[in-house]
Amino acid sequence: MKNRAWINLVMVVLVAGLFLTVSCAKKTVVSDATTIEDQAKAEADAKVKAAADAKAEAARIAQQNLEDQMASEKALKEAKVMAARKRFENQDIHFEYDSSELSSMSKMVLKEKAAWLKTNYSVVVTIEGHCDERGTTEYNLALGERRASTAKSYLINLGVAASRLDTISYGEEQPKDSGKTESAYRENRRDHFVID
Amino acid sequence: MVSFAGNKRYCPYNMFNKVILPILYCFLGMGGILFFSISISSAREYDYINVSNPFLKKTPIAVTEFKAFNGHDTEVKEGKTARYILKEALDFTGYLKTMNSVAFLSNPAESGIQLGQINFIDWTGIGAELLITGGIIENQGKVTLKLRLFDTFKTKLLVGKVYTGSRSQIRQMIHLFCSEISYKLTGRGGVFNSKIAFVSTVKGKKEIFTCDFDGQNIQQITSHKSISLSPSWSSDRKWLAYVSYARGNPQIFIKNLKENRGAIVNYKGMNISPDWMPGQLKLAAALSFSGDQEIYLLTVKGKIIKRITKSWGIDVSPKFSPDGKKIVFTSKRTGTPQIYIKDLESERVQRLTFKGFNNTSAAWSPDGRKIAYVGIEKNNIDIFVINIDSGVPVQLTMNAGDNEDPSWSPDGSMLTFTSTREGGIPRIFVMTVSGTDQRRLLRLKGKQTQPDWSMSKN
Repeated sequence: MKNRAWINLVMVVLVAGLFLTVSCAKKTVVSDATTIEDQAKAEADAKVKAAADAKAEAARIAQQNLEDQMASEKALKEAKVMAARKRFENQDIHFEYDSSELSSMSKMVLKEKAAWLKTNYSVVVTIEGHCDERGTTEYNLALGERRASTAKSYLINLGVAASRLDTISYGEEQPKDSGKTESAYRENRRDHFVID
Repeated sequence: MVSFAGNKRYCPYNMFNKVILPILYCFLGMGGILFFSISISSAREYDYINVSNPFLKKTPIAVTEFKAFNGHDTEVKEGKTARYILKEALDFTGYLKTMNSVAFLSNPAESGIQLGQINFIDWTGIGAELLITGGIIENQGKVTLKLRLFDTFKTKLLVGKVYTGSRSQIRQMIHLFCSEISYKLTGRGGVFNSKIAFVSTVKGKKEIFTCDFDGQNIQQITSHKSISLSPSWSSDRKWLAYVSYARGNPQIFIKNLKENRGAIVNYKGMNISPDWMPGQLKLAAALSFSGDQEIYLLTVKGKIIKRITKSWGIDVSPKFSPDGKKIVFTSKRTGTPQIYIKDLESERVQRLTFKGFNNTSAAWSPDGRKIAYVGIEKNNIDIFVINIDSGVPVQLTMNAGDNEDPSWSPDGSMLTFTSTREGGIPRIFVMTVSGTDQRRLLRLKGKQTQPDWSMSKN
């Protein structure tokens, strides 16, 4: 039994040696010149491809830049439109105590609002008249309505269609600042503009 | 310009009342009631007290313990309750002062509550000008109250009444008796079965509420979860008109409190400040549909009967005269808000206020002779009463927060109003027409404004 095992082992070594010999023999068949030729072609192909890739990438980057620029310009434009809208909504006009007359400052703000309304021709607006807490509830409702309608008339005179302007008075019911100081009162005597 | 002569004049008289009169009384002894007898000698028999008199002294009144006829625990307990309610109601008037029973020399609950059983010297001796005795019979939830009002100096029964009802009706029975007392003493039924409507915030939204004259029995009337304002009672107390933003712009809701019906005044623009014409189902209100705020007369269904004011600018807050022939209102026609009176038939307009630059929120007294209003001077918001004939205003509130929304009690003896004197938060207050006894009417969460005092139930 022991001898048989040894024979098998020798056989395995021999067969493996045979295979190795064959592979060494095959390598010697390939000519050197062909190898060099193939290598040159491959290099040339790679160069062409690289150039093409670089060109494509350059084009893509250019396109990307263009798109980015357009997007940012669009965003900027949108932001500007949004800012104009916000400005329209957030900028109140203010009044003197017990008065519904427009100050020169209020008139300037209303001119800006009229320009915006002309650009944004589909927008309908509600003008809210508000008062400070001094004065009685009912009188302030009446005063708030006066404040709203004064602004409405002014906008109509600047060419905004009356049908686009609603008014409502909240009197002293919705103060912006609930303090009891002169500055709070000033802040509360206002027309606020709401886009419907 | 009209000066504050009335106000200045008021102070020394007040001194006279507070300091000199009591001294005089000490000397005169029985002079108290004599004082009244002389001052009303030309008036009607029942005019013991003139509630419109700004120099009114409080009349001391003794309310004895109630006699429990059967003497069982429930009867004694309900007798105590009844007496407590009675004393609270009498003190509320501002012209009566219930006396501390520690001073009493006799106890009619034991010695007898009828005319022949009262020893009046026991009462005049301690300064009681008036005396009320009470008796109670309680039987299986059924209560009978026997109540008597005596003039101690004339040793005379002025009012004697017997009321029967359930135990839960004791408050009502006591208030009926108080109305009788009031009628006997002042010629008017008083405030005891009147109600007050007002605005209170509920979770930041303004709703309409009602309560009894003394701030009890608070009930929420609206649940619009919006801004509701300016409640106004019809004179039969069956209707309440108020303003609400529930449907967008301010509209007037006309609501029947018993039957589930009503109407909404919803002209374009603003529909505000409703007031009922006395004795009729018609209202005055300020509407702005024409592009200008004007006061109109409306039907109970909200249809326009006629336009009342014809002047460019703010015209708002109409209130009818007690005879319904005139309105008092606020107008800015001369540049500042002032109070005006318009005769509905002749259309004549009379300006009432000439002092100050901001006078609004007028209310006509039930006797037709005075107007209460709000005047603003240098950020002080206060309540004034002006005599229509003399044009002299008297300031009733001073240095105690902002004071607004005056409304007269049905007998003209008191005013209810809004004040921010307690922590800057608006609350409902009451005072006598002379400005005395200013106190908070009710305790409720939130902010309360715009009280409107109803007529008494007939």
